[in-house]
Parts: sequence; structure tokens; C-alpha cells
Amino acid sequence: MTDWQKQISQIEALARSVGLKYHPVEFEVVPESFMTEIAIYGLPVRMPHWSFGVRYIYQLIQHRMGLSRLFEVVFPGNPGRAYLAKTNSAAENVLVTAHVLGHADFSANNMLFRHSQAQVGEHIVEQAAAHARQIGMAIEEHGLQRVESVLDAALSLEQHIDVDLALRRERYPENVPERAPLSEDEFSRRFAALGPDTARPHTGGPAKRAPIPPHPEKDLLWFIAHYAPEMEPWERDIFLAVREESFYFYPVFACQIMNEGWASYWHARLLREADFLPQSAYVDAIKCHSDVVRPTASGENVALSTNPYHLGFSIWEKIIEQHGLEHARKIMCEDDDFSFVRNHLTLDLATELQLFRFKGPANGTLTVQESNLSALHDALLAPKYGFGAPTVSASHVHVDGKLELVHDHITDGRGLDPDRGRKVLEYIARVWRRPVTLTTVNNDHNTMEISVMPELKLA
Amino acid sequence: MSDNESGEAGFHSPDDAGWYDLFSRGARDWLRHNEKVRDAVRQHLPQIVAGADVLSGGASTVRVPVRMLEHYRFKLRNSNEQQGVGQGQAKPGDRIGRPQQESEQQRGQGGNEEGGIQYTLEFRIDDIVDWLWEEMQLPNLEAKAGKAKEDDWTREGWDRRGARSRLDRRRSLKESIKRRGVQSASGAESPSFTDDDLRYRQLSKREQPAMQAVVILLLDVSGSMGERERQISKTFFFWAIQGLRRQYRHLDLVFVAHTSEAWEFQEEEFFRVTGTGGTVASAGLKKVHEIIDARYSPSQYNVYLFYASDGENFPSDQPQAHAALDELIGDCNYAGFLEVAPLAGHAPDSEIGKLFLNLAEGTDNVGAFRVSGTDDIWGAVKHFFAQS
Repeated sequence: MTDWQKQISQIEALARSVGLKYHPVEFEVVPESFMTEIAIYGLPVRMPHWSFGVRYIYQLIQHRMGLSRLFEVVFPGNPGRAYLAKTNSAAENVLVTAHVLGHADFSANNMLFRHSQAQVGEHIVEQAAAHARQIGMAIEEHGLQRVESVLDAALSLEQHIDVDLALRRERYPENVPERAPLSEDEFSRRFAALGPDTARPHTGGPAKRAPIPPHPEKDLLWFIAHYAPEMEPWERDIFLAVREESFYFYPVFACQIMNEGWASYWHARLLREADFLPQSAYVDAIKCHSDVVRPTASGENVALSTNPYHLGFSIWEKIIEQHGLEHARKIMCEDDDFSFVRNHLTLDLATELQLFRFKGPANGTLTVQESNLSALHDALLAPKYGFGAPTVSASHVHVDGKLELVHDHITDGRGLDPDRGRKVLEYIARVWRRPVTLTTVNNDHNTMEISVMPELKLA
Repeated sequence: MSDNESGEAGFHSPDDAGWYDLFSRGARDWLRHNEKVRDAVRQHLPQIVAGADVLSGGASTVRVPVRMLEHYRFKLRNSNEQQGVGQGQAKPGDRIGRPQQESEQQRGQGGNEEGGIQYTLEFRIDDIVDWLWEEMQLPNLEAKAGKAKEDDWTREGWDRRGARSRLDRRRSLKESIKRRGVQSASGAESPSFTDDDLRYRQLSKREQPAMQAVVILLLDVSGSMGERERQISKTFFFWAIQGLRRQYRHLDLVFVAHTSEAWEFQEEEFFRVTGTGGTVASAGLKKVHEIIDARYSPSQYNVYLFYASDGENFPSDQPQAHAALDELIGDCNYAGFLEVAPLAGHAPDSEIGKLFLNLAEGTDNVGAFRVSGTDDIWGAVKHFFAQS
């Protein structure tokens, strides 16, 4: 038994004594190459797809340039699973173990994580492996090309789910009672975008056949799986497998700043309080800590990005300093990055951390902007809205099966890249098997439509 | 975590998990990506065929630069403005140039960004020829009399004895199932396999009609054929030969070059030959005729002629060239003229080209095609060899 293995239980006892509450965590030490793959696939065993191969090569190149190093990856669940790189030094592993427990505490208590695990289940590692097996079997039965073209579509729509609705949803009701029409003003438009309005009174007329979808549908994976005119059951299963994994990924994505900050706070604190550690191990581990949570720029330098570890860590330290640990735990349970940053990144803290907002032409010189807290929040959070993807909804299915998608360019501020949009429509048309169109706007904000016909296949 | 208190349960050491090192999903998916790139490249055979420097000799592969494929997602248009949050000592109004390194780093992130890495894939010339010739063949090939029959081994029937390499497993399994069916019906004990179940494929000699063929490649190396024209002609010949060899086992190739005289060459020399002097097409055509008379009787051989030239014949030679060609056509299953001239369009327009075109009107065993650049080579191969 190595020192680290003995220290795990000591660190765990310490963690519980200071109030961390988490499901048991299984630690596994794996080669660096395997760590790289976990980072690329997002899960230890996941469905095969060529796009992961592309990321893999990018990662190898980056790694060779020394741009990234992975110490650990944790998967929430009961038990949680932590993978540690074989190359970690003993001191690094002490720190990493404490860090992992911080993550385990976060994912066992944070509302978004709990909500997601309540729906997806607490064994995502095993479930993803089962999906991979299921897709392997589909490849054997239907051939690589057919499965691949389903995965091309499903994975490209990975972010297009509706996390506000349940993982397992009922189909739309066939009939809806007639309702008074909405007025055409801006408020009504935005209100309608929120979803079906069940509270609005109906006129009392006869129920009529509901259009499909009855309201713009954001969950494209779900919608296509359930309403594609000719999708085969195994294709639908692939869509639903990808969708289930997306529901798992969402809280990881939407709580990154909080979660990494929380884990960093706890690894620092547990190390400070771990009097059982030899002095040398403590010093090495704390050195590693300052590497992880250091700001992207130090001294005179200026960086055009922020380090989420540093940002989250600093906000948590401030909260705990000002309001105490109890209050911080409450925030940890209830917030996600959006509310966390908006409520707790104050102007004072932003100044202290030397955060600034910049703006400029696409390929030109950037100008540092006047400090404005809410604009700073917006700029930090902008890449995180909508799971990081443009707002595209399914708006209508015609009688002949043609699918209409609509891009909400008002929310996103500009139109979609038309070439990529067309390619994604081509992916979709292969599983939808009817024409697919997408409405967005061009550079001059004029409406434009992209249409794709399904390829004719000779039976 | 109670597991850890009791000992080693709860975590795994690296030594008992060797499978991680044996299998890389990333590498598997990367190979699949490359396969897709290969398929995509295959759709661009004409460019490869044109671009490949195959004549410098020796190389068995062609290197093709490719870009990584992008897995597309919905993305917003590129904005002409960028904004974000940075960190460090900066005051409002400070101006910052985007550092080079940072933008490169960002491009790498996510793996799906534009400006992906370019890399090189190697294709075996054999593979390219396979793709190229999948749908092609020699025109008008006929069985010939004379040294007419040739023996070939073909599969015929099964035997209970034979070489291990010819064991027919499917057939043997069927025999086993049959036997077990009979045996279990009669209540006897039935082992899964016995020696009696094994069946071996047998070979027998069979006579086949001969498809003997000779392909004569005639190249104009006179002064008017510049380096570029020769390169195009030779590249065309190279791909034609590669394919013909693949498709036909017994194929004789004859290499002839001419200026105002004509010579026969060995293959290696032929691809290096250069010459000076005027163009006298009849000299080449007569040389070809001599060779056919001496070695390849049309009664025994399918004779093919492919002639590459800029077609700028001496006007005084036109009557002789016309006569020589007329005579030659009678001996040929097919005669093709590749006009190499820097003009657009694929209809030949030169002196010799017109001769071939006139002949082509009455018969289907004459053809002519003009190439103006390397991009047309694929078109030429298709024109002459595509299955009609």
C-alpha cells in the first residue's frame, strides 16, 4: 500500500469532519493515454464516432506542445468514480484526492446535478458503456455506415435538448382545446417562446387537432426521435442514448466555474488542515495548488481569457470569508454558474481579480472597456447560454412530412453560419427522410431559408 | 468510505488494469476518420491522377495533402466584432493586440474549429489503380484463334481428402449437421465433428479461350512536344499501363517513340526518352506496322494502339501518314489518339487528330481525345477505357 492509499482514508475522515457530504468514491489510477481519452469522450467508455478521433489528434498535438495536463477526472454517481493519472506524483495525488472529494460533495448536493441524476440515474459510467455496447451491436446488424450517419446527426444536435423538461417525456397531446389567439407584440412572442401556456383560458370551442409541434420545440433530439416520419426503432434508440448522455453532461457544463472553484477551495482547505501530512508533501501539494488556481495572467501580463478554477476559487473564498461556510453550502446547493456569477461576482471582487471586458473588430486590436458589472457578467456567461449552442427549434411539420426549423436570431444576436447549417440539415435529412428547412437571417439581418432534400435511396 | 478502512478494496492499482494500454478508442476513431477521408479523396481521383508525380520512378505510394473533416454543428455566423473577458493589469481604453500564440491555441480547442490541421495521407498506387480501373476495360476485346487455348485452374467440386489450405469450412459444417441429424434421429451418439465431415475444394484444369493482347504505345518526342506535353502523355501512359496490367494477365506492351524516325524502347527507357527534330507521323505508324507484322499477327492477338502527340505533322507527310494509318487500322481492335495541346475542349483539332476523327466516323474502333492539362488525364483514361 502506498502512502497515498493510506492517506485517502485520512483525507476522507477529515473531509467528513468539516462537513462534506458525498457518496462513496472509487479511485482508479490509469495511464495518461486513458486520461486523455476520458477527457475527449467525456466518459470512460463511450460510443464510437470519427469526430472523437479528430479531437483525439488535436489533443495529442496540444499535449505534445505541453499545453495541457490532466490530473484527474471525476464522474458523479453513487458510487462516484475518480480516475487519476498514473503520472501524478505522490504529493499531487494528495491534492487530487482532496479535490475529487470537493467535486463529489458538489455533485451529491447541487440541485442541477441531483436533478440530472434523479432522471439519468446514478451510474452514468455504466450507462454510457451500455450505450456503446448497444451501438456496437447496431453496427454489427446494420453496418457501420448506416449507424454512423445516425450518429452524425444525433451528436451534432448533442446540445439541443430542453433541460427544463424531463428526460422522459410524453408525446404531445393529440388534440388541444381552442384558445384565444395571442396578440402579435414583442412580449407575447417572448412569452410564447417559454413553452405551452396551459393557464391561458380557452374559448370553449371544440377541441381541435394539435399541430406538431404545438409550440416551438427546443429538444431537437427528442422531437426527431419521436416524430420523424420513418425512423427505425434502432435509429431512435441511438438518438435517445445521445440525449440521455447530454442530460448528464448539462450540469457539468452549467456549473463548471462553481464546481471547479468548490473543489479547489476544498483541496486547499483540506491540505491546510491535514496535520498528518509530512511537511514536504504539504509544500509540494500546495505548489501544485497554486499552479492550478493561478490567474491566467500574472504580474504585468494581460490575458484574453480567464481561468475558471481561479475565478470560482476566488468567489468561494470571498463568500465564505464574508458569510460563513453554512451560507456557502446553501449557495452550492441551489445555484448554477449563471446565478453564482451574477449574484456573487461583485464589482469589488472583479477589480481585485483584475477582470476586464474587451471588445474590438474580429481580427484587429481590442480595446479594454469601461468597467460595468452587468456587462462583465454577460460577457463571462454568454458562451454558456443554451448549452453553448445557438437557439434552434423545430417549429412545424408539414402534411407531407417536411420539417421546419427556426433559428431565434433575436436571442442570439445574429444569424447562423449558413454552410455549417446546411451540413447539419443534411445530417438531419438522412434520418428525417423528408425535406428539412431552416430559417435564420443573413449578414444584413434579412430572413433567409436553407433547404435540404433527403438523398434518394434505391431500395 | 468504509471500503478503504478495511484495506485495498475501493480502488484499483494500475498493474491489474493492463487493458488500458492495449486498446485506444481515440486511435480507433482516428483511423475511422482517416478512412472517411480516403473515401472522400477517392471522389477526387482525377486530381490525384493529375497531381501525382509517379514518373520519377520507384515510388509505390502517392502523397495527398488533406484537411481534417469537420463534424458540423449549428454555429452563429462569424461576427465582425469580438468581445470577451480577460484578466490582468489593464485600464479602460488600453488597446491590446491579440497574441499569435493564443489564437492558435484557441483554434485547437474543441477540435472542430476552422483552419484545421493539414496533413498528408499516403495512397498506394496499387489502390488508386484499383479504383481507377474498377469500371474500365480494353475496348473490343475478342477471343483469338491460333495459340488459342490456355489452361487455367478452376475450382470444381469437393473431396474428402485434400490440402489443409483448401478446407471448405462452410461445406464441412453442413456435412456435420447432416450427419448429426441422421445420427440423433436414430438415437446414436453424435460427435460434433468427425474426419468424415471434412470437405476439401478440388481444382481442375480447364481450357479457356485465349485473350492475348498487345498494346502499342506510340509517343511523339519531336521538338514541338515540350516538357509539359511529354509529361502529360507519359502520365497518361503510366496510368493506362498500370490498369491494363492489372486487368489482363497476358498482355504484351510495346513502346515506340518517333520524331522523323522511330525507335522501339524498353519500358524504363521509354519514360525517360527525349528527342529533337521534326514530326513525321508516318515514320512512327510504319514502325508500329512493322512490329505488328513481325511479332503480333492480328489473327492471334488483340492489337491496341495508343498514340500521343501534339498532332503537328509536317504537311508534306500527311498523305503518307493517312495511308499508313489506314493500313494500320485494319489490324487494330482499337486505335486511340491522345492530342496534347494547350487548347480547351476535348475535340482534337490538329492534322493527325483530324485523320483519326475522320476514321472514327465510320467505325467504333477508332477514337481521339484532346487533353490540355494534367487535370484532363483522368478524362482521357475514361474516354478510352470506360466500359461502353
